[in-house]
Amino acid sequence: MNYKSLGHFTALILLIEAALMLPALVLSFVFGEPDSTVAYLKTLMIILALGGLLWLLSKGEKANDFYEKEGLACAGISWLVLGLTGALPFFISGQIPAYIDAVFETVSGFTTTGASILSDVEKLDKSLLYWRSFTHWIGGMGVLVFLLALVPRSRSGAGFTMHILKAESPGPDVGKLVPQLRRTAQILYLIYIVLTVVNIILLALDMPLFDAFCIAFGTAGTGGFAVTNAGLGGYSPYIQWVTTIFMFLFGVNFSCYYLLLRKKPLSVLKDEELRVYFLVFMGCSLAIALNIRSFFSGAEETLRAAMFQAASIMSTTGFATTNFDLWPTLAKALLVFLMIIGASAGSTGGGLKCIRFSLLIKDLRSRLREMIRPGRIYPVRSSGKIVSESVLASLRTYLTAYVLIALASFLILTIDGKDLTTCITAVLACFNNIGPGLSGVGPMSNYGSLSVLSKLVLIFDMLAGRLEIFPVVALLFRTTWKHQ
Amino acid sequence: MKIIIAGAGKVGSTLTKVLSADGHDITLIDSKKEALNAACQLYDVMGLEGNCATLDALTQAGAAEADLLIAVTNADEVNLLCCVTARQLNPAIHTIVRIRNAEYTAQMLEMREVFGLSLIVNPERSAALEIERLLRYPGFLTREVFARGRLELVEFKLKKDSPLAGLKLKDISSVLKTKVLICAVMRGSSITLPGGDYELKTDDRIYMTAPSHELGKILRELGVITRKVKRVILGGGGLISVHLGQMLEKDGIKVQIIDQDRARCEDLARLLPSATICCGDITDLSTLEREGLSSCDAFVALTGMDELNIIMSLYANSQKVPIVITKQGHIEELQDIIGELSLGSVISPKQLCSDIVVRYVRSMRDTDGESALTVQTVAGGQVQACEFAIGPASLHKNTPLSELKIRPGVLISAIFHEGQVMIANGSSVYQEGDSVIVISTETKNIQRFSDIFA
Repeated sequence: MNYKSLGHFTALILLIEAALMLPALVLSFVFGEPDSTVAYLKTLMIILALGGLLWLLSKGEKANDFYEKEGLACAGISWLVLGLTGALPFFISGQIPAYIDAVFETVSGFTTTGASILSDVEKLDKSLLYWRSFTHWIGGMGVLVFLLALVPRSRSGAGFTMHILKAESPGPDVGKLVPQLRRTAQILYLIYIVLTVVNIILLALDMPLFDAFCIAFGTAGTGGFAVTNAGLGGYSPYIQWVTTIFMFLFGVNFSCYYLLLRKKPLSVLKDEELRVYFLVFMGCSLAIALNIRSFFSGAEETLRAAMFQAASIMSTTGFATTNFDLWPTLAKALLVFLMIIGASAGSTGGGLKCIRFSLLIKDLRSRLREMIRPGRIYPVRSSGKIVSESVLASLRTYLTAYVLIALASFLILTIDGKDLTTCITAVLACFNNIGPGLSGVGPMSNYGSLSVLSKLVLIFDMLAGRLEIFPVVALLFRTTWKHQ
Repeated sequence: MKIIIAGAGKVGSTLTKVLSADGHDITLIDSKKEALNAACQLYDVMGLEGNCATLDALTQAGAAEADLLIAVTNADEVNLLCCVTARQLNPAIHTIVRIRNAEYTAQMLEMREVFGLSLIVNPERSAALEIERLLRYPGFLTREVFARGRLELVEFKLKKDSPLAGLKLKDISSVLKTKVLICAVMRGSSITLPGGDYELKTDDRIYMTAPSHELGKILRELGVITRKVKRVILGGGGLISVHLGQMLEKDGIKVQIIDQDRARCEDLARLLPSATICCGDITDLSTLEREGLSSCDAFVALTGMDELNIIMSLYANSQKVPIVITKQGHIEELQDIIGELSLGSVISPKQLCSDIVVRYVRSMRDTDGESALTVQTVAGGQVQACEFAIGPASLHKNTPLSELKIRPGVLISAIFHEGQVMIANGSSVYQEGDSVIVISTETKNIQRFSDIFA
């Protein structure tokens, strides 16, 4: 383990976090919230002191060995540190009295989960609400990618920084858009910022500017923290439709937008993941609409509720306009199905990802056909190209890890004595970075009543879900921390 | 610039390293995933698995918008096809192709025209040319030419009895009456750009710029006895041996080639009618002895195995062969270790090849006449020598060098003024129309003339 580089990276991440916290500090002045101002100032001091210390410790010549191991550990550690320090404003201001709750809320923010322990969000200071939503936006595209977009081209071993992008970006096969990594990160953030700004403008037409910013951050990062207790139910149908469209858009692989920019719309349409994403979304929306039509008065209202909820869950945002916990079982089951499938690789969303889902199904079909007709070759194809056996093997590994972590978390959660639906959906909603589950953790309830152990497990799940398991699990292995 | 490199072999990855450090957008194509992954992990480039000669792979690599294609796969024919295909996609693309088969040497010009190639590189032929130059002018370990052949950067090793040993740099004019400049000294494996108080020691490798026509005089002043090379033994019968054999035959030097493969020896006999071909096991040093190693004028180790080349050269050196030349394929990685061995001159075909390509790429970028005319790397890539033309926009013209703020590790060693070479000193000035030779230890940062200033 290259501790110096790791320390250096973590120090940089803390520095960036401090910089990103400044707007919230300014807002606390503007809104006249002295408690929060003090909390932000104290937090900034702690972050800068910690960052400075790490910087000093990791000063000097750094070894050039920065490999997969370091990339994974870098991602895992920085996200953990972000969660622990980002929680300080909530805790120091006393608005979330328990530190574990503050960490839960912040990790939920950074991992773009949107699971909350607050029963009354309106009680929170506005600057804290802003910081809470802004963590979604930072976590959506990833803070390490942000760092990569900023750092100057390193002199030697530049290819190794690719491991960081790989560790933080969702998807089974992370690649660059352009040859230079820094440029790739810049393009990703540019697309992200432009889409967010358009979203803010469209929302601001029909809601307060503050709300527009917070909701747009929640949508862009596919997070799902709302700023009112009614979630998005309190806003106009126009806002709900805009949010539906943008939730869907942020769940699309960003390389599709890059191809659009390069004026290659046809190749975008051929993208298999985009097709699966769109078809699953439309299919489930319609099925849910049919199933819940008795709950609503008109066709528009039914369709709006169904599509909003399908987009919200599939993109793993987690906004709610109605209490879908009251919906018929089929509709709820479809939502759970969407929770697991999740958004696209290379988007800001979580979940298993459409491409994994589609490849795993195809892989299963090929393997079954091979069993029936031994000796024949049934390759798995994606967008017309044969998927290599090593990619398929890593997919199966991922699925195994995914199922095992979900099962283990579920078992631990049942210790609390809550009903099965609550336990299962709490794990699925956190692990897939959605936010609200069903029953005890439904859209109109919250995670506040869970035990500390359950919260710790769910914090782990949220981090593991956002970083796609391996960076977080790697931290638990002893070989990660050995020198060679 | 957008550059596509086809082939992630030795030359391909060396080029990837140098060109990505220069800040170019590089897409590397190779059909072998392992080679590709290795390069993509080390350098900030995009990898593409596939056959580089297909329209599909080249389209994906962005050949339509690329400025340059460098085809360096191990097959000449694939390289050619790759360039022809790329030109279909983008007629304006520059193409550099590696052609290594000696049978094509005669038709290079025609091929350039027919296939529309911008540059043909042949690492083996470049290596052979380099070796031939060394053999024709014995006494120096390497020679690099600047200013249209009027100035050279030469390398030599200080022998125990050399009159320079123990002298401080400011005192060397007592030995050398010719105006020369010692630019860099390699002691062990570390390189320094020495000042006037630097004391030279035995076994230092010295890099010196000197006017070409004075080289003979300098050798005499240094007390290096040279005699004309009449008989050369080449260990290993690869492509370089063929190129070199052809050149030496023309020079009237007797060539003996030893190779262990019978069929290859017969090929060599056909290709080089006047050379003596011997089939024998070169790993067995007595074979070398039997072929008269101790009485030959020069020995060149040219097998495909670096280790074997090193062993053979060490042996030849121990047998007091006057000139020993060693081919090395992985020179940068091993520089620290082999720098201290007595291997004579070390030749790296991939380094030579990459120098040629880098020079071409840098001149392509040249829109304001600021980039280097010539780029040479010596000391296993630790020292770079560039020749810059001074144009109307160049900085600090007509200012004495002693008043310039030049970056540490950079040195102006000579000025080429109106056909005359002047070895630089503190009072030298350069003017528009001159060219200057810059020596630097930071190989990647000097690309434009303005880069040399602090």
